[in-house]
Amino acid sequence: MVRVLVPSGALGLGYDHDALERGIANRPDLIAIDGGSTDSGPSYLGRGVSKYARSSTKLEWAGLMDAARRAGCPLVIGTAGTCGAGSAVDWLVEITQEILAEKGQRAKIAVLKSDQPASRVVDALGANRITPLTPAPDIDAPMLESCTNIVALAGVEQITCALNTGADIVIAGRTTDTAIIAALPIAKGIDPGPAWHAAKIGECGALCATNPQSGVIQIDWEGAAFVLTPLADDAHATPHTVSAHMLYENADPYLLHEPGGTLDVTEARYDALDDTRVRVTGSVWRKANGYNVKLEGARVAGYQTVVLAMLRDPHYVTNAAKWAEDIVAKCTDKARKRTSASADDFTIEIRLIGQNSVLGDLEARAADPIEIGALGLVTAKTPELANEIGKLLNPYLLHHPLTREEEVPTFAFPFSPAEIDRGPVYEFCLNHVMWLDDPMDAFSLEVLNA
Amino acid sequence: MPEVRDVAEKVRSKNAGPFWVTVDIFCGSPEAFERIKNGLTTQAVAVRFDTPEQLLKRFDIASLNVVKISVPRPSVQGTISDRDMHGAGWAALVAEMEIA
Repeated sequence: MVRVLVPSGALGLGYDHDALERGIANRPDLIAIDGGSTDSGPSYLGRGVSKYARSSTKLEWAGLMDAARRAGCPLVIGTAGTCGAGSAVDWLVEITQEILAEKGQRAKIAVLKSDQPASRVVDALGANRITPLTPAPDIDAPMLESCTNIVALAGVEQITCALNTGADIVIAGRTTDTAIIAALPIAKGIDPGPAWHAAKIGECGALCATNPQSGVIQIDWEGAAFVLTPLADDAHATPHTVSAHMLYENADPYLLHEPGGTLDVTEARYDALDDTRVRVTGSVWRKANGYNVKLEGARVAGYQTVVLAMLRDPHYVTNAAKWAEDIVAKCTDKARKRTSASADDFTIEIRLIGQNSVLGDLEARAADPIEIGALGLVTAKTPELANEIGKLLNPYLLHHPLTREEEVPTFAFPFSPAEIDRGPVYEFCLNHVMWLDDPMDAFSLEVLNA
Repeated sequence: MPEVRDVAEKVRSKNAGPFWVTVDIFCGSPEAFERIKNGLTTQAVAVRFDTPEQLLKRFDIASLNVVKISVPRPSVQGTISDRDMHGAGWAALVAEMEIA
């Protein structure tokens, strides 16, 4: 039997302490937790930083280091620091060393990095070893070289290498969410089908059960089956909650592509063992021909300055779309005349909060709101230009009349200064896989005795 | 005609990576599942998202009473034109569609 304890869907989200204690008492072979994903957007990968507060990360990580020490098993985190870039891995290594120093403890730490120098990806592109997924942006050497960070998603092979160092703690850069859980059972001879399937169900912690906030779940593999047990008092897994988790953040609920193959759960069976535990069988792993890893990259798309004005006058609320359109046209014209910027150097957009700011042109409903927020977005090639055009936009958002005849209106500005500089905005620019001869070819492993 | 939200228990949408959004319609009962499965065409959803129908992925999952539809994101997550970083807002677009 192989047993993995998953304390939570991500480090920084918190976990139920009583449930974690129960998990430690059950003597797991590994404690595994995810450190992030792309879900919070490209800025974290672009900058190579964590979205979670250092204080929460340190507190929760110290709790897990203590848990692993008492359980006598290794602790592994994947996609450290939200994005899994080298700088975010280093950040968590530093926190780890700080915790050890404060407690007067020592540990062996394996550090797996997933960073890809642009030159490696450019070479792979030239050698036809990059394949686009659907939909994928066009890529070329200059575009790859403009990325501030490129990472590859490690699978079980790289995590297994890290665990095989005998480390107490594995801190990994970008990995698939599932690889940190699936690696150990596969290394111990469990069929990859149930190993990957359990990992997919368990990677969000107790999200696959009732009381999803409690976090802590335990996965046991035996033969061709796995059993999922949420450990908080009031958390229950049912065949419905467990199978429904395959829907979550998955474009396809039956097939999951991972490095080296595809998990197919079309024929999986979910059976209740009691009112808390679910046993799953029938998961199949289809090994691919060749081995590839998915790439993620982010680069600066421009610099942004934001101005927010609030419209309360019913006349302007009713005619907000016309008002905004007129401002964008006039301000764009003025910006081109007063700065040396060309049309390609900047964009001005006004989103109407209360009207269609979430869905844009796809919005199908209309209603009369009490007020409308006019969110002015200036995106430009340099931060200076964005700020300058933000200042040109300011008087329009404060005073622009619908017609020349009416009295000059004044709208509500919630802030002074009205323009807010957001700095660089990033964009994801890769949805591709890179083919490798050896899984470790694009990853580096270092062992620290801290 | 009723809307999806009048018949289904819950409709949610979420990113499935930066390039896809997936919409899960939890129908709540076999009757509601049949009603939505038959009354909500993939073509109508494609029109609603202004996306070619052949790019959509649809799964009618009787065991969960769920109709799941995945769509390439109208704007890639986090691009300048993206309005919804986590993709949760698109659920409303489907929830408010009429069922034939």
